[in-house]
Amino acid sequence: MLGETNTAEDNMSEQGHDVAQRITQALEHALAPIRLEVIDESYKHAGHAHVVSRAGTAGGVGGTHFQIKVVSQAFEGKSRIERHRAINTALAPEMGVDGVHAIAIDARAPGEV
Amino acid sequence: MSATETIQTAIDSHDVVLFMKGTPKFPQCGFSSQVVQILGYLEVPYTTVNVLESDEVRNGIKAFSNWPTIPQLYIKGEFMGGCDIVREMFQSGELASHLAEKGIDCKQPAKV
Repeated sequence: MLGETNTAEDNMSEQGHDVAQRITQALEHALAPIRLEVIDESYKHAGHAHVVSRAGTAGGVGGTHFQIKVVSQAFEGKSRIERHRAINTALAPEMGVDGVHAIAIDARAPGEV
Repeated sequence: MSATETIQTAIDSHDVVLFMKGTPKFPQCGFSSQVVQILGYLEVPYTTVNVLESDEVRNGIKAFSNWPTIPQLYIKGEFMGGCDIVREMFQSGELASHLAEKGIDCKQPAKV
């Protein structure tokens, strides 16, 4: 039975990991990034009403708050607003009441520091 | 007044409008709080709309700006962006220079 024990900690990493993977795939598909980092920061928001009230969770299990750093050729010549919109559109299926609550975005074209 | 009219009136009648969760004194979200701090630092006069007071405005502003998240900052009727963009513009000095260009008084950062 030992191997089947599912601790809260296991849930946390799995839930957050699945969402992070879907975000990664969506952004790779939409933007063909040269660099991409998807960081689950949900633990920083563990007390938020949104996180606490999620179905099947007791105080947040990850996968609600992400920091995303993208470097993509697609951002060349695009305004900040256009870049964020491209990311928001790609991630729209993940956002919502039972999904991702917030993403912090750092979007750059190659060569921008 | 419809939500769109409320939003349009707010951005037409004030130079700097922040749509946020909560109030400057009691922000209900870390991202809204960051923008409040930035505007406070720049000593720029601004008006806020608390989207938590009205679901119509909360959803309306997202459609109005074609932007899915709160906070949202408007300067002279122009949508500037959300927390990340405002922070980037603040850090690079663009926010202060943009405000100055638009004739809005604010503290200009010392050049390094």
